[in-house]
Amino acid sequence: MNETLTSTPEATARRAGTGTRATRILGVLTVAMMGWLVAFGLGFSPADRDQADSVRIMYVHVPTVWVAYVAFAATALCSALYLFGKKKSLGFDRFAGASAEIGVVFMALTLVSGMLWGRITWGVYWQWDARLTTTALLFVSYIGYLAVRNLGGSHHQRAKRSAVIGMLVVLEVPLVHFSVRMWRSLHQDASVLDPDGDVTLDGLMLFSLFVGVIAFSLLYAWLLLHRSRGLALQDMIDDQGLDRALDARRAEAVAG
Amino acid sequence: MSRWRIVRLIAAKDLRIERRSRVMTNQVLPFAAVTMVMFAFALDAKGAPGDNQEASTVLELVAPGLVWLATLFSLLVLVQRAFAVESDDGALDALRVAGVDPVAIYWGKSLALAAQLAVLEVLLLVTAVFLYGAEVPLGGVALLAVTLVLATTGLACVGTLYGGLTAGFSGRESLLPLLVLPVVAPVLIGATRAVESALGTDGVALSEGWPWVGLLAVFAAAFGVGGALAFGPLIEEAT
Repeated sequence: MNETLTSTPEATARRAGTGTRATRILGVLTVAMMGWLVAFGLGFSPADRDQADSVRIMYVHVPTVWVAYVAFAATALCSALYLFGKKKSLGFDRFAGASAEIGVVFMALTLVSGMLWGRITWGVYWQWDARLTTTALLFVSYIGYLAVRNLGGSHHQRAKRSAVIGMLVVLEVPLVHFSVRMWRSLHQDASVLDPDGDVTLDGLMLFSLFVGVIAFSLLYAWLLLHRSRGLALQDMIDDQGLDRALDARRAEAVAG
Repeated sequence: MSRWRIVRLIAAKDLRIERRSRVMTNQVLPFAAVTMVMFAFALDAKGAPGDNQEASTVLELVAPGLVWLATLFSLLVLVQRAFAVESDDGALDALRVAGVDPVAIYWGKSLALAAQLAVLEVLLLVTAVFLYGAEVPLGGVALLAVTLVLATTGLACVGTLYGGLTAGFSGRESLLPLLVLPVVAPVLIGATRAVESALGTDGVALSEGWPWVGLLAVFAAAFGVGGALAFGPLIEEAT
């Protein structure tokens, strides 16, 4: 079995953990950037004139949604690489799965932080705005994708099946987004609360936002490496479990 | 054997099974009917008997959406059924081993599913018209017919695709709705709006319905083609 991207499960197991020098450096960088984000997001950046301190939610909200979209794009890309690649490398499949898991978590964080912000700014937790509705449907779709990953079967069965689903979502997302936008544009109630309200950002705010995006991107990379290696170990346990069971039955046959 | 001939054979086989087992008439249609009645219980807030015609009841306003919701629920039941007959005796595997073109299987099963859905939708629409007091202007009939054909095609394609994926797995009853419902959201939105304007619900103009037909057409085409491409790899790996 060729593993092009991840280290082999055996190599990971020998290390007795999913950490390597690279992930450790990445982890330290992530923590440092997170500290920087806290300092800028909560300290140095000014409160907004209209939104006051609630604007600080943005420094988490925007980076999480960024990571979620990057993660889903990575899932689609790795699915394609698995499906159309000559080697059918399970490494790509595990990257796709790990990325989707991270994407779902960050999408949930995006929804929660967005709802909190909406409650403060719009006065409601939820609006049937096109972007929000699409995001919610996307969230559910990827939960479905993860459920498909857990259907069972051999690793390559799982990989192929979920790769197809991972790529179908690429077909689905634009259709859902477009239809929801069309729905809202025709049926939007006159609302004082413009969800797309242009906020012109002051320099320090923009910088804090930038720090947030970097910090969360690093976090994504760190999580992705660890999680895909964790999945590799999981696969190895499954393989060995089967071998052990076979050995046990053979031993029984010999004994009997 | 040409692909189109296989498509027709598969579709005919499914419809023949259906005609002999009568699951559609004995279970799915009554299920859809009872769903519609349940909607009426849940939503009929104002419709007192002898009400004047000017005040639209809640039900009249939401009838187009309810028709499609009931269709979606029935779609899930029909898809389970369509693939239960395949996976129970390993028929899908047999087809695959016999070298039958997976694209033809996909289109054939979609066609049979679409035929059953179409019957269901027509009945549901008629029920809605009578039960909830919706009215169809003559000009709306064409829009209604086109909407019905395109929405049915889209639903059948998505249903067959995900039905094939989940066929033969434990827990498919709960997985199928999770996978299918978010995907068919555009059909629910588009078809509901189109039927609204065809029925003139709440003063929606007839011309407003046609853009939605475009959306339904794009959806049906995307999943008709995309599904055909994806179905082969999916059932190849089914157990």
